[in-house]
Amino acid sequence: MIQAILVFNNHGKPRLVRFYQRFPEEIQQQIVRETFHLVLKRDDNICNFLEGGSLIGGPEYKLIYRHYATLYFVFCVDSSESELGILDLIQVFVETLDKCFENVCELDLIFHMDKVHYILQEVVMGGMVLETNMNEIVAQIEAQNRLEKSEGGLSAAPARAVSAVKNINLPEIPRNINIGDLNIKVPNLSQFV
Amino acid sequence: MSDIVEKTLTALPGLFLQNQSVGGPAGVKASFSSRLGGLVRGITALTSKHEEEKLIQQELSNLKATVSAPATTLKMMKECMVRLIYCEMLGYDASFGYIHAIKLAQQGNLLEKRVGYLAVSLFLHENHELLLLLVNTVVKDLQSTNLVEVCMALTIVSQIFPREMIPAVLPLIEDKLQHSKEIIRRKAVLALYKFHLIAPNQVQHIHIKFRKALCDRDVGVMAASLHIYFRMIKENPSAYKDLTGSFVTILKQVVGGKLPVDFNYHSVPAPWLQIQLLRILGLLGKDDQRTSELMYDVLDESLRRAELNHNVTYGLKALTYVIQQDPTLALQHQMTIIECLDHPDPIIKRETLELLYRITNAQNITVIVQKMLEYLHQSKEEYIIVNLVGKIAELAEKYAPDNAWFIQTMNAVFSVGGDVMHPDIPNNFMRLLAEGFDDETEDQQLRLYAVQSYLTLLDVENVFYPQKFLQVMSWVLGEYYYLLDKDTPEEVLTKLYKLLMNASVSSETKAWLIAAVTKLTSQAHSSNIVERLIQEFTISLDTCMRQHAFELKHLRENVELMKSLLPVDKSCEDMVVDASLSFLDGFVAEELSQGAAPYKPHHQRQEEKLSQEKVLNFEPYGLSFSSSGFTGRQSPAGISLGSDISGNSAETGLKETNGLKLEGIKKLWGKEGYLPKKEGKTGDETEAPPVPQESIIMETVDQTLIKKDQCQVLTQSKEEKEKQLLASSLFVGLGSESTVNLLGKADTVSHKFRRKSKIKETKSGETTSAHNRTCSYFSSSSNATYEDGYYLDTLQDRGDKELNKLSLNSGLLDSESLTELPSVEKLSNCKLSSSPSLFTDNSMEGFQPSQSTALSVANETSLAASLLEETSEHMHSDLVEVCHNETISLSSFKIWKDDCLFMVWSVSNKSGLELESADLEIAPAENFKITEQPGCRLPIIEAESIKTFQYSVQVEKPFTEGNLSGFINYQMMDTHSVQLEFSVNLSLLDFIRPLKISTENFGKLWLSFANDVKQNIKVSESQAALPSALKTLQQKLRLHVVEIIGNEGLLACQLLPSIPCLLHFRVHGDVLALWFRSSCSTLPDCLLYQCQKVMEGS
Repeated sequence: MIQAILVFNNHGKPRLVRFYQRFPEEIQQQIVRETFHLVLKRDDNICNFLEGGSLIGGPEYKLIYRHYATLYFVFCVDSSESELGILDLIQVFVETLDKCFENVCELDLIFHMDKVHYILQEVVMGGMVLETNMNEIVAQIEAQNRLEKSEGGLSAAPARAVSAVKNINLPEIPRNINIGDLNIKVPNLSQFV
Repeated sequence: MSDIVEKTLTALPGLFLQNQSVGGPAGVKASFSSRLGGLVRGITALTSKHEEEKLIQQELSNLKATVSAPATTLKMMKECMVRLIYCEMLGYDASFGYIHAIKLAQQGNLLEKRVGYLAVSLFLHENHELLLLLVNTVVKDLQSTNLVEVCMALTIVSQIFPREMIPAVLPLIEDKLQHSKEIIRRKAVLALYKFHLIAPNQVQHIHIKFRKALCDRDVGVMAASLHIYFRMIKENPSAYKDLTGSFVTILKQVVGGKLPVDFNYHSVPAPWLQIQLLRILGLLGKDDQRTSELMYDVLDESLRRAELNHNVTYGLKALTYVIQQDPTLALQHQMTIIECLDHPDPIIKRETLELLYRITNAQNITVIVQKMLEYLHQSKEEYIIVNLVGKIAELAEKYAPDNAWFIQTMNAVFSVGGDVMHPDIPNNFMRLLAEGFDDETEDQQLRLYAVQSYLTLLDVENVFYPQKFLQVMSWVLGEYYYLLDKDTPEEVLTKLYKLLMNASVSSETKAWLIAAVTKLTSQAHSSNIVERLIQEFTISLDTCMRQHAFELKHLRENVELMKSLLPVDKSCEDMVVDASLSFLDGFVAEELSQGAAPYKPHHQRQEEKLSQEKVLNFEPYGLSFSSSGFTGRQSPAGISLGSDISGNSAETGLKETNGLKLEGIKKLWGKEGYLPKKEGKTGDETEAPPVPQESIIMETVDQTLIKKDQCQVLTQSKEEKEKQLLASSLFVGLGSESTVNLLGKADTVSHKFRRKSKIKETKSGETTSAHNRTCSYFSSSSNATYEDGYYLDTLQDRGDKELNKLSLNSGLLDSESLTELPSVEKLSNCKLSSSPSLFTDNSMEGFQPSQSTALSVANETSLAASLLEETSEHMHSDLVEVCHNETISLSSFKIWKDDCLFMVWSVSNKSGLELESADLEIAPAENFKITEQPGCRLPIIEAESIKTFQYSVQVEKPFTEGNLSGFINYQMMDTHSVQLEFSVNLSLLDFIRPLKISTENFGKLWLSFANDVKQNIKVSESQAALPSALKTLQQKLRLHVVEIIGNEGLLACQLLPSIPCLLHFRVHGDVLALWFRSSCSTLPDCLLYQCQKVMEGS
């Protein structure tokens, strides 16, 4: 069983917190902090597995993590999971995020926290690995996105805005903030103001 | 990348501001649609935690107002919910929104529902009361035609779902196993797995459906079902052996690349599936040669394709497991292991040592222990030290090549392990020194070496040794200093004295030290130091030390007494102490005749005093004079004075301590034990003895290794050579030699220092591989037929009281064989007729059945005839053989007594020889309390005779399947001893008895019980009629029918010793609505499972 999935940035700011085992609210926060400190002091070139901190249950639980640019992805699992399996699962999760968000970065995780959760739900369900096949996961997410579009297309605009923002500092990619597109959506929005 | 994000983040607020300042519709849009964005930006702009807190509290109060405002639409609510999730993630309490999350999940459209479900699963836990509000929604969504809704419902069910509501959704989820969409089937399987984890009994009836999932045409569904199989096989491997073939076939297909390319991950075909399957096969093949053989091919194939170097720890972990089965495999990866030893990551190092620990043998012990000690010196974490120190001590005991090495290693262990190590380590070490082995001169050398090494250690100035180490030293010096053959122990006394005066030495250690001084004083005639010591400590504030000092002082005055009290090198011999103090009888009699009050023990005095006074005790120190001096005398250190090893001398006087039997212990460690490193592996190969065909694989492994070695030689650098040298010293003894081991057990190397008295181990190396079958004939439901006879008069057959003819097969279905048991009825009638209080007060623990009445046997085999001493008055199972070999046959049967389960094992000696020291032992089992009946120990079983062993078994808590295992030991004339293992299954039904109560009492009890479980089960047409269902329940579950009202029935039973459980059931078409209630929380679940099994089975 996976006990918890934590994503935080290099400064320890939580970006995704998902517990599959019950911990009281404040313990959850402490676990995030403890895990952050455990992971932070490790070099990038050493092993990706370590024993869980005291809060989450000590040496019987393993922390398996990967560090991507500004983000740490940490899975806390019990002895019934294979470490390498989980390590690759993290990779699958991140690659899936990358496919869904087109060049994923920390901002996507912040501004689309709910979406990230939905993607995660297709990978891990209730602490159990549901799917490891990336195409399958993406297919599920796309099915949900279609649903979303048919129901309003509200959230599509900010997604585009963010991906535009994301590319601002990348010289080789042309700035493609499509103002026109945004303007078209505006009339739809006014009814909610 | 990080820079970019950092920059982006700082640029972001400005950008959005820009957007807003552009004004008009765009600005409005940004301010509304991305409230979350605004919040995030706000937080990013802040500098202190305090400001963040303020901002979020403000945000939360805004949200609180919004969500509770009636005008808020669900769409707005959805947006609010995302912000609430964000706040909760940052650790702020948003509990006011929980109920709204549920509302959103209940009422929203698809998208809103999705957010609602997500919020619920993040906010709540499975015991949260609000969750009950969601159950109906989940049920509704499970029945929806929209796939997405069904998926969401399945997700939430597997995420958080109240355990007691499982029956509400279980049938719906079961149906989903046949759904046409793979994703639904997959999620359903996982949801059921989750149920299996939290309430195994409720899903046990659908195990057969998991098999269908395993054979599903969709790989994902199959993979999902592996989760549940892994779990179930882990719990009970023997039940799933028949699936080995299927798993092997699946693995073959996976490894062979038969899956769609989609499943490849970095060009490895479905690695997760492989891992899962390999682990399952590992569980199935463990300790089972025949099953293992089925998988060799495919394992070989997987190994070849796997790349072990992907992540080293993982490889090591895997290797550690592999090595438990087959140490030679480590040879193939020795260079990897060597590299890992120098790895900067301590975790990898530790795993490596763990691996080395498993491949240790007499030849590589020195190198491995050295590596372990190196690591030990670096590590600071306590549990690592404890763990590692224990391992080193164990290895040193097992494989020590010589005296000096052993003592030095143990010195290192004691000084590093210090006071955190397990107390067994120093204790074992001292016992080892004291008991010695066969060879007396060898023993003396070891002791002498220890003494010398400790003297040297104590010479070093300014070194502080851990207390435990000092204690060991003082004991050894006290006991064995005489071996040095010095005239006076003046030198060592000085050292001990110095330690005694040292403030950093604990008082416990001081007691050990002074005990050593006392022992040495008996050898020295006069010593200034001792005198000085006595002077110092007779005025010590520490009462214990003062006591010792006075003892020493008085002993010194009587040298004869001292010598007899402290004999040299007699630590293993028991002192005979007159614990009854009979030598004082004369004195006591005299005093009594002079009118002294008879002695009363302390507690008695205290009680009397209390009962007399019954008022407040105003004397401040009135009753508590017991401690100090008195307990001081009992401190472990005090005891060490007489005989450290055999414990309390007073106690040893009382019971004839099991004398240490040292004869027959092999003296194994000597000069030939340690073989210097062999050069390369070629040596091993040529020396390999001709091996039987089983080890051919091994040979090939060796050969490939040589080839590898040879090509490596060409390109070796100097550094590599060093490593190879290390490798050869580490892996020596694993190659051809261990092929011999492989044929037998993996670890047949006899332990160097093992003591017979401590380890239950048959003396001979060749443990007879006996027939070792799990005996599952005893699923008692099949042959237990209880019959109340109240409602089924027609079935009664009072004439047929010949219990001997009750046969296994006919018992189940054939109504004619139902036997009425008047005595059972009578007993339970009088016991259970009255008020509920009876059940709780009834203490049946003290039951001691006499041997004669207990025995009753179904007379199936001729062997059993002799067992039949009296006709049975209780139900019993048939006699079933549980294990046998050419000499003996062990059979067993159960007697379902009213107040316990009585197990009888009968051993029949088939040979013409007498069997000696026959002994049957039942391993203590979880859930069960096993009491051996008196008169079971039978040292000798005569030729061709039968002996029985009887045990009464009580349950401690409800269970579904239990298992009793044990072994029987015997010794033939002048030969080695043989051990046969066996195990017997127990069912909950073995412990269920009818509970005869009136309807009125049933009603009272029903209301008083808090734990209930409801379940509807479908039954076949024939079962649906009330009488037949009733009959089944009555017969097979041993339930008592209290009353039948229309289509409802009331039944009652009790779990021994006295936990009542009530059942209300109603027949409705072909559905049987069962409703259990009990005072015990798990019993209804377990009974329900049995009930389902019975109803489905019939």
